[in-house]
Amino acid sequence: MTIAAPSFEWLELSPLLIVLVGACIGVLFEAVLPRRWRFNAQLALLVVTLVAAFAMLLVNWGNGATGLLAMGSVTLDGPAYIAWGALLVFGLLSILVFAERQLDNGATAFAAAASSVPGSNLEADASAARLEHSEVYPLALFSLAGMMVFAASNDLLTMFVALEVMSLPLYLMSAMARRRRLLSQEAGLKYFLLGAFSSAFFLFGMALLYGYAGSFELRAIDAAITAPTYGPGILYTGMAMLAVGVLFKIGAVPFHSWIPDVYVGAPTPVTGFMAICTKLAAVAGGARVFFVALGAERWAWQPVLAVIAVLTMAVGAVLALTQTDIKRMLAYSSVAHAGFLLVAIVGALSEVPGGQVNSVGAIMFYLIAYGFAVVAAFAILTMVRGNAGEVNTLAGWSGLGRSNPVLAGIFAFLMLSFAGIPLTGGFIGKWAVFSAAWRGGYAWLVLAAVVFSLVAAYFYIRVIVVMFFGEPNRSVVVGRASGMTWVPVAVGAAASVYLGLIPGPLLDLLAQAEVFLR
Amino acid sequence: MTIPWLTLLGLIPLLGAAVLCFPVKEIAKGIGMAFALLTALAGFAVAGLSTSGVDLTERVPWIPSFGASWALGLDGMSLMMVLLTVVLTPLVLLAEWKLFDRESTTRWSAQVFFALVLFLEALSLFVFLADDVLLFYLFFEATLIPMYFLIGGFGGPRRSYAAVKFLLFSLAGGLIMLFSVVGLYGESTTQLGAPTFLVGELAKLGFAPTTEMLLMVGFLIAFVIKAPMVPVHTWLPTAAEESTPGTSVLLVGVLDKIGTFGMIKFCLVLFPDASRQAGPVMIVLALVSILYGAIAAIGSKHLLRLVAYTSVSHFGFMVLGIYTFTTTGVSGTIFYMLNHGFSTAALFLVLGFAVSRRGSALVASFGGVEKVAPVLAGSVLLAGLSGLALPGMSSFVSEFMVLAGTWSREPWVAAVAALGTVLAAVYILLMYQRTMTGPVTDQVREHFTTDLNRRERWVVVPLIAVILFLGFVPQAALTIIEPTAVATLGQAGISDPVPPFGEEAQ
Repeated sequence: MTIAAPSFEWLELSPLLIVLVGACIGVLFEAVLPRRWRFNAQLALLVVTLVAAFAMLLVNWGNGATGLLAMGSVTLDGPAYIAWGALLVFGLLSILVFAERQLDNGATAFAAAASSVPGSNLEADASAARLEHSEVYPLALFSLAGMMVFAASNDLLTMFVALEVMSLPLYLMSAMARRRRLLSQEAGLKYFLLGAFSSAFFLFGMALLYGYAGSFELRAIDAAITAPTYGPGILYTGMAMLAVGVLFKIGAVPFHSWIPDVYVGAPTPVTGFMAICTKLAAVAGGARVFFVALGAERWAWQPVLAVIAVLTMAVGAVLALTQTDIKRMLAYSSVAHAGFLLVAIVGALSEVPGGQVNSVGAIMFYLIAYGFAVVAAFAILTMVRGNAGEVNTLAGWSGLGRSNPVLAGIFAFLMLSFAGIPLTGGFIGKWAVFSAAWRGGYAWLVLAAVVFSLVAAYFYIRVIVVMFFGEPNRSVVVGRASGMTWVPVAVGAAASVYLGLIPGPLLDLLAQAEVFLR
Repeated sequence: MTIPWLTLLGLIPLLGAAVLCFPVKEIAKGIGMAFALLTALAGFAVAGLSTSGVDLTERVPWIPSFGASWALGLDGMSLMMVLLTVVLTPLVLLAEWKLFDRESTTRWSAQVFFALVLFLEALSLFVFLADDVLLFYLFFEATLIPMYFLIGGFGGPRRSYAAVKFLLFSLAGGLIMLFSVVGLYGESTTQLGAPTFLVGELAKLGFAPTTEMLLMVGFLIAFVIKAPMVPVHTWLPTAAEESTPGTSVLLVGVLDKIGTFGMIKFCLVLFPDASRQAGPVMIVLALVSILYGAIAAIGSKHLLRLVAYTSVSHFGFMVLGIYTFTTTGVSGTIFYMLNHGFSTAALFLVLGFAVSRRGSALVASFGGVEKVAPVLAGSVLLAGLSGLALPGMSSFVSEFMVLAGTWSREPWVAAVAALGTVLAAVYILLMYQRTMTGPVTDQVREHFTTDLNRRERWVVVPLIAVILFLGFVPQAALTIIEPTAVATLGQAGISDPVPPFGEEAQ
């Protein structure tokens, strides 16, 4: 009996492998390096890993490498390239903020000893000894690798593994805030419990779809739908349960309830990382499942997703109106944005002549434009501080426009981008999404999205009103951050301007890379 | 390589705004004024070029995958609006020159004000020049941002509320319009095979009646809010009351014109059938605006609020002129847009000078000003007479044209609208009587220590001169305007009604 060695496309998979290897080396660093070297070593490793991975991605793109990799478990196609590239860029930018030590007297936003009981002597000792958890960098890298696989996996089993790999480090990191630790631990636990629950749904749905199609492969499920051997009952049930798992990660209503608490409780840099990278991976992976595996059954899921999109926009926008905490407001706004993204997913699969954005291109553009704004916005959140750490209350930000016009100006611009005001990247993203939905035959959904855009605009503008027209708050200062925070802010803001003025090149790139390999 | 004159025209004030982002302290006002004057010069140069027959059209692909292009063009109407904008901006800057010396009443510095005004000027110029619907939409929405800060950053105690109210009304209109713009994209993709936003191309599309109505209504709602017409006018009096007179001039004189401008350029040209169907509704709305605005102005206790209401009434006339679908009416409206800009600017600014002396904008706070500040009172009277369309003033010509155009379609409508001109005389003359004539009150004597100074006269004189010049030589503008009106109605496929006696003669 001969055993064929599994084929493995090392070069094509290299971006993913580099991230995984980098994460493993990071763990080794924790084991062998002396404590005083670890921070710098981890940081250098992080940057080298992500830059190398991005470089290899470009090499592969240049070679035009596409195809099913690793025995058909990972697909390298246009959307996968875009998702990987975006994940690497946003990953680098948002993980850089983890390493900011200048804002809080030389300490990062993470607890000195996460295992110590809040308020205990152990915690005080650890703080005094200036301990820090440099293992957050490998954790973030593992999570990022999981996200990359999730966005590109070709079968449900790989997807489930990727889901867990990306989620587990996030649960942990959410619970590690230095300030307001109980809140942070609650956030971590809540995220873990609900996440585990949604994973179970995903697993169940997967099992049912396996029962229906006899395979985990997305193509096989598509084939089974086209030439069915069983009735649709098991298919619909499986589809619904799978959708619960994906919609949980995207943060769509009614599976959004974890978002506000986790976003607020987690350390702000981690929130920034989750807000864009998790969402991007979940939307890219979700779009792949819905379009590739379940595309033939789209008449069944499009109306349901359309209703969910409306609910998501409504709940996100309306609840954001009532928030008095900027971080929590951004959390609800992230729910609303999930709704806008779903609008584009619903408008999918319309046959569009070449060279124009179809639904995947629109989704990706929206995510990229949103991502730059999110990275910069959360980085700015870490810089506005009072005596007890970050000040996130709206009242605390009052008058920031006069005491610190540059920072407030950038934040105001980011708010306008979120609101989708022209001359920002957010507007073009919104435009792409709306036009995709319109062409998909969902004009009424565009109308609903327009209405909720107005509601959403109101709370973004409220922040601007408070910053520029409010009385300055003496107890709040803008910390003198290092480049770790300023680089993401600058890059995010500059990219938002660029995408608003000259979106053509990126749109053309996306138009080339929007077809899923089936 | 031809010189992109229109782009350059918009870039000059933009550059000025950019320069003012740097700390230039003492010379900030000078720099701002220099850029505003340079823009005015460029505006006149562009006017000269286009009237001498040079084709200034610019077409550069901008977002190919959306079919959007950087398309600028100039016709009679946009030329009028460009001239209005470039003339009003330096006058506004001059009028508000001293605003910032009184630190207690304002919050932000003169530099910010000047930068915002220049930024707003650049965006409004692009709005009027855009030949591409997406580009128009983009700048249409973008103008809200500087205007929002101009209202919210400088002005009365409730300025923040006024700014948000203005922004929400405008954004609501803008987003509804976005729905229609997306719809145009979808329609042009289906019908032409590739998306386009060029007005000329879009005008060739044919729509199903319901689609056309839906898309037209999306545009129209935005323009009705912008114009502003009753019942969505409520943001304007609030904004005018709370902002500085200079801001109000830009808001009412320039930005609100986008409403009527858009009705002519987009609603009429792109959706002629739906526009014709909407005609009766719009005429009723226009009549309501004319009468309601005038009555509200008569009852106004606040001077700037009063001027805002007179504008609501005037915008009613403009909209009326458009929806009569006659060459006379549409030309009258375009001319009205120009005249209203100058005469409202004069009224706002002169009353602003009075208000800043008195320290209050309530009608009741004044009385007998003409005895202590005769030049100021005289200017108020001249500006006011222009507002009530006295013969000899340019506004008379345009109002007469609108009424004549209306008469040729619907005599009874013209009769009702003519009531508005009577009411106009009432609100202007009552205002003048209450504030400028009568016995001099102690407060007025105390506060009006000076008449208009040299700077203020430099603001008023050009405005009055333009108003009188166009009043006596309206042909100077009308020869440029008329071809646009004819072309617009031609594209909409509507011909003028034949006069009944003309019919007999044939």
